Amino acid sequence: MNIFMLVVRRFLHAFLLILAVLVLNFLLIHIAPGDPAEVIAGEMGGATEEMLADIRKSYGLDQPVYVQLATYLGKTLTGDLGQSFFYNAPVLDLVLDRVGATILLVVTALIFAIVVGTLLGVLASHNPKGIVSGLVTLVSVVGYSAPIFWTGMLLVIMFAWLVPVFPISGMFDITLSDDFWTRTIDIAHHLVLPALTLGIVYLAQYARLARASMLEILGSDYIRTARSKGVSELSIYTRHALRNAILPVVTIAGLQFGSVVSGAVLVETVFSWPGLGTLAFDSLLARDFPTILGILFFSSLLVIVANLVTDVVYRIVDPRIRTGN
Amino acid sequence: MRKFGVLALTATILAGTLAATPLQAEEGKPGGTLVIGTTQKARHLNPAVQSGIATAVPGTQIFATPLRFDADWNAQPYLAESWSTSDDGMSITLNLRKNAKFHDGKPITSEDVAFSVETVKANHPFKTMFEPVSSVETPDPHTAILKFTKSHPAAYLAMSGALLPIIPKHIYGDGQDPKSHPANSAPVGSGPFKFKEFKPGQYIVLEKNPDYFIEGKPYLDKIIIKNYKDPTSLALATDKGEVTLYPFLAPTKDIARLKKNDELVVTSDGYAAVGPLNWLAFNTQNQYLKDKRVRQAIAYGFDRNFIINALHGGQSQPATGPVAPGSPFYAPDVEKYDLDLDKANSLLDEAGFKRGADDMRFKLSLDYIPGSAEQQKGIAEYLKPQLKKIGIDVELRASPDFPTWAKRVGGHEFDMSMDIVFNWADPVIGVHRTYLCSNIRKGVIWSNTQSYCNKDVDALLEKAGGEQDQAKRIALYQEAQKIIVDDAPQTFINVLPYHTAYSKKLGNPPLSIWGTMAPLDEVYFK
Repeated sequence: MNIFMLVVRRFLHAFLLILAVLVLNFLLIHIAPGDPAEVIAGEMGGATEEMLADIRKSYGLDQPVYVQLATYLGKTLTGDLGQSFFYNAPVLDLVLDRVGATILLVVTALIFAIVVGTLLGVLASHNPKGIVSGLVTLVSVVGYSAPIFWTGMLLVIMFAWLVPVFPISGMFDITLSDDFWTRTIDIAHHLVLPALTLGIVYLAQYARLARASMLEILGSDYIRTARSKGVSELSIYTRHALRNAILPVVTIAGLQFGSVVSGAVLVETVFSWPGLGTLAFDSLLARDFPTILGILFFSSLLVIVANLVTDVVYRIVDPRIRTGN
Repeated sequence: MRKFGVLALTATILAGTLAATPLQAEEGKPGGTLVIGTTQKARHLNPAVQSGIATAVPGTQIFATPLRFDADWNAQPYLAESWSTSDDGMSITLNLRKNAKFHDGKPITSEDVAFSVETVKANHPFKTMFEPVSSVETPDPHTAILKFTKSHPAAYLAMSGALLPIIPKHIYGDGQDPKSHPANSAPVGSGPFKFKEFKPGQYIVLEKNPDYFIEGKPYLDKIIIKNYKDPTSLALATDKGEVTLYPFLAPTKDIARLKKNDELVVTSDGYAAVGPLNWLAFNTQNQYLKDKRVRQAIAYGFDRNFIINALHGGQSQPATGPVAPGSPFYAPDVEKYDLDLDKANSLLDEAGFKRGADDMRFKLSLDYIPGSAEQQKGIAEYLKPQLKKIGIDVELRASPDFPTWAKRVGGHEFDMSMDIVFNWADPVIGVHRTYLCSNIRKGVIWSNTQSYCNKDVDALLEKAGGEQDQAKRIALYQEAQKIIVDDAPQTFINVLPYHTAYSKKLGNPPLSIWGTMAPLDEVYFK
């Protein structure tokens, strides 16, 4: 099947998947206890019954759930994600305002995890019983086992408090000038700790995966043949072994995109990173149904697109799939 | 100080035809950016349709109110140069400044005042603020006369702080619902600072209003209100100097920690109008708690000094009644319910609840607001073993989040609950709501969720609400408080230890009764 057909088929799947996600999310959220009107009233400092009824009416909460669902589906399919109960703004604006920050965090963390993880794995595979390999295993076990929020808080204490080289939280310092380069450097500075926190968990996994995969491939016949032909070690590692060894890493990275996005929710909360994660967290507490649904819709879109990209990348990396063999 | 406050309030409000003396503030110098740190996330920036700190702090910079109050509860001119109450108390006349303009250059007229009163009356959750207003007359562009159906002295405090922002009729009068009006997130006001940018949940940027109606003010060029995810990171940022002003600082460990910082001043001044009370509420419909003696026994059954000194590290102060100390309406002479286990036990015996084989008399559940461990959960956890001593088996009931708690307590589905309720300056605004028989409303949080009803209290509150003579008004409220404290629909624990931490570089810090919920036009960098 050529790439075009694959993409078309995947889009069809994606559409059905998104429809299912929309319905499921809607129902799940409406099952959760707590009335958004009461939260809004609570935020307002209390309210009378008339005001509560007024709030419910203005957000359509007085309608039966199936009517609300139908309205929601109809609006979403026409690109209208509704109005946030809490923030008094269109959900699409809120989500678009935040999605960039999440993508920046997730992509930076993933690139960091894949590049450094693979590199560490390759290093470790060079001498499986050596110190480097032991260290990689140790770092992997610790990185993978430590809860993400704990790693985050530890990094904050170490690098933002004891040795204050990085900021505690946020994405940029609003008190600084907003000229392009100052802002870009400031964002990069703020990005280090959150990206490291999110990346460490996946780095550990990729390092282990790359190490195992490299060890397996380095022991295979064609590597022995290459060695006997006098191919240099560097060439064996980079040209012959790594390209094959990286396949499982690419597969896992694609599959894990969804889990990285959910990991980002925790990291964003720890570091007040203004992405979809913090918005989701705040919206959940506020029972801001339209915003939560908007975020879930967007994150499922992100995951679906990421899986699609993985499929395409996979075909580029492994010619066997491309030719159908 | 309190007595002075009472006299001043009487003099400046009720005699009131003369404009009071202006705020006594140091002469400042212009320039600088004030960074305010907060954990409160604003829904939008229009206090006319939204109560709460998150909207009030930016809202009072953007919108001006007719009056402002100083640290001694004296009314001061703001948009109104002078004001007077009619002899029968049935109307208040406001004489507006003639040079006041909105940020878009349009002049402020009495029409805007009338429109704002109507909007607040129809949309603000504090219904009692302007409920008695029958009409607002506008005989000329600079005179507004509030007409009442009954005498309503609470209107003065209701015209200050964040309670009556004067909103532009030419923007909000377009027929859209003011609660969800798009201008709420990018408002045009007339206060000392203009709206520049609002990123919900992240930050708010306000810029100096060069055409502010008070000449030479404000001093600051810019105010940035930054959101922090929790009090710990906000305290850390304040300690590091990232934040110049941290209002509503409440965790006692952070208060103690910031007090050690030589570059900061940490004060509890500036919260007199808020009157934030922490109490233990009783559902008086409960089969045990409907007996006053049981409620009193619980009040005698625990030690407020332990809570204040051990749990709060001495940073909070005791609350003794429905009105917080610091208010002119505070009643010092009420039963204090000092720890007395013998009395508590005998009250329970007298009520007929004898100890059973397991040494317990009965079982009650105890809810608390999630998220405030120190003021709520910590105290609830102390109460459980403590009330066991008097034979009450307490079951703690955690709520995963605020909506769950609000649904339980608002829906009257609780036995006992910890609760935090604000006075909001005048008792008519923040106190009446939790005691009036007519305000027992299922599903409405911070109404009379205790289902408490005492006709004598109702009559006293009604009378005090309309009393023009301040001394008599205070006496009536004090009498009502005595009865309430004796009836114990809730037992009062402490005043929240709200503090403000600010850089020593700041001059004229916001310490009036409204603190940071008032214009920061006097604040400057030394």
